[in-house]
Amino acid sequence: MSGYTIDRVNLACGLLFIAVGAVFGYQSVGMELGTALRMGPGYFPLVLSGVLMLLGVVVILQSIRAEGEALGAIAWRGIFLILPAPIFFGLTVRGLGFLPAIFCTALIASFASTRMNPLMAVLISAGVTVFSYLAFIYALGLPFRLVGPWLAF
Amino acid sequence: MDLLQNLALGFQTASTLWNLLFCFIGVLLGTLIGVLPGIGATATIAMLLPITFQIGDPVGALIMLAGIYYGAQYGGSTTAILINMPGESSSAVTALDGYQMARKGRAGAALATAAIGSFVAGTVATGLVALFAPPLTAIALKFGAAEYFSLMIVGLVSSVALAHGSVVKAIAMVIIGLLLGLVGTDIYSGTPRFTFGIREYADGLNFVALAVGVFGIAEILRNLETDRTREVIVAKVSGLMPTRDELRRMVAPVLRGTALGSALGVLPGGGAILASFASYTLEKRVADNPSEFGQGAIQGVAGPESANNAGAQTSFIPMLTLGIPANPVMALMIGAMIIQGIVPGPNVAAEQPALFWGIIASMWIGNLMLVILNLPLIGLWVKLLTIPYYILFPIIMAFCSIGVYSVNSNVYDLFFVAFAGLAGYVFAKLRCEPAPLLLGFVLGPLLEENLRRAMILSRGDPTTFFTRPISAILLLIALAVLVVVFLPAVRRKREEVFVEEA
Repeated sequence: MSGYTIDRVNLACGLLFIAVGAVFGYQSVGMELGTALRMGPGYFPLVLSGVLMLLGVVVILQSIRAEGEALGAIAWRGIFLILPAPIFFGLTVRGLGFLPAIFCTALIASFASTRMNPLMAVLISAGVTVFSYLAFIYALGLPFRLVGPWLAF
Repeated sequence: MDLLQNLALGFQTASTLWNLLFCFIGVLLGTLIGVLPGIGATATIAMLLPITFQIGDPVGALIMLAGIYYGAQYGGSTTAILINMPGESSSAVTALDGYQMARKGRAGAALATAAIGSFVAGTVATGLVALFAPPLTAIALKFGAAEYFSLMIVGLVSSVALAHGSVVKAIAMVIIGLLLGLVGTDIYSGTPRFTFGIREYADGLNFVALAVGVFGIAEILRNLETDRTREVIVAKVSGLMPTRDELRRMVAPVLRGTALGSALGVLPGGGAILASFASYTLEKRVADNPSEFGQGAIQGVAGPESANNAGAQTSFIPMLTLGIPANPVMALMIGAMIIQGIVPGPNVAAEQPALFWGIIASMWIGNLMLVILNLPLIGLWVKLLTIPYYILFPIIMAFCSIGVYSVNSNVYDLFFVAFAGLAGYVFAKLRCEPAPLLLGFVLGPLLEENLRRAMILSRGDPTTFFTRPISAILLLIALAVLVVVFLPAVRRKREEVFVEEA
């Protein structure tokens, strides 16, 4: 069919709304719904999920025959290096302790940009570690273990 | 007089050595981060929010947070004027003429205009807050569950109306926010909801983690899309003081902007953004020589900057009196209050007068500090603009991680930060605004609680929302806003405004 266009971004957006609505809706049904007088834990979220799915359908309908801007570049490198940084910190702050964990967190995030070189990354991470120690441990007195049990000999 | 007594209490609270220090640190840090290009006021506050929790005393913490807010806003204007890279939409207006002034060698004057305009507007608006907050509180105390529910509907609907882009998407974002806000233990039955069996999420998702992820980390990811060095041509700053002629020309715009901003700031849903726009349009219309606008007209900086700051100030009114956030920044403030153990709402003024009036007084002190701090330190901010991004990312990520973890020492909050960052980035790619989501998240539990309570009180009769007069009026307002947004003429105009803005 010629002249057939669809705004892919909005199509994806509508599908995402429906998916989110479905996940929350499915779980709400599993809970006690109650009545309008005494609403159970599932009542309000079920209503919201229904509306959300409906809005998803509307967004998809609007996307048909519409020209949309392209999605543009996606920061894959950023996603794979920025997002794991806090996760890594969460996994290691107790085991490795505060200082090694924060050093590695900064180091991981450093490589999110292609412009960073290894020496620079190590220097910045070291700087961040020293500053964090002074600001958060020394000045603010956060009760974190500096070096954790994984590194104890 | 009551007002004077209250203000005296406020200034007494705000001007203790420690609170002055917190205010100063807040303004300094806020400007420091806010001046970084591409990082807006909301992201700045979200990133710095955890630091304020380290202050044991809620008054100090909120004063510091307010300081961060003013600093971040002013930092954003500096960036807009000097390198034409506004951090968010309210300073986009400033960039129009401010940057042109900078290119003509009047960067110093533009910065001074922004500072002076903001200070005047801040002073007037602080007075308005002090004047209008108490009577509003008295009204709010009469509110029952039905009224609260309707009021929150007004807030959510307005946030939808003022979001960029598609209205349908904005409503969907509010609902996702509401649903995320419901994660945790149900207050009536004790049933855990949507926790995916993770015990650490039983108390609900961490608000700070959501804010840092959706605003802060998502913004970093967006900046990483174009991983190149910024072409920074920082305009040379010289001759800080405006000339006598310039001072004369900025008086009227500052006053008009202040009036406009004060009125629009009270509106729930981000009136401050609207205010700078409305002020710019107004100044252009009343100017003797409208063709000057866009070429470096000082009125185009003075008006919107004053409007913006006045709006930022008066948006505290609904937050302090009703516990309803007018914009995402106020949502952050409410989140901070809840974490500090204060229930936001009309009772704050009566139960914690020192806190209530202390915040109001600190608004003025914060504005004063901005002027004192920024005019001499402008050289430092200019230097900051030349730091490349790739150096900032690891620093910001490290501090965000420590900050979020320090709130509850819950490692699952850190996992949620990463998830929220990804979600925020995906939403940005799909052209969905994150601000309504944050408002929904804060209001979700309150909305449900009041809905359920109102239904129980009315014995299951849903007409209670229409038969109680205040509630009915509020719902009518919400309906009117929705109708107006969907009117074809307004819709077109709205799209125009936001296109122009982007």
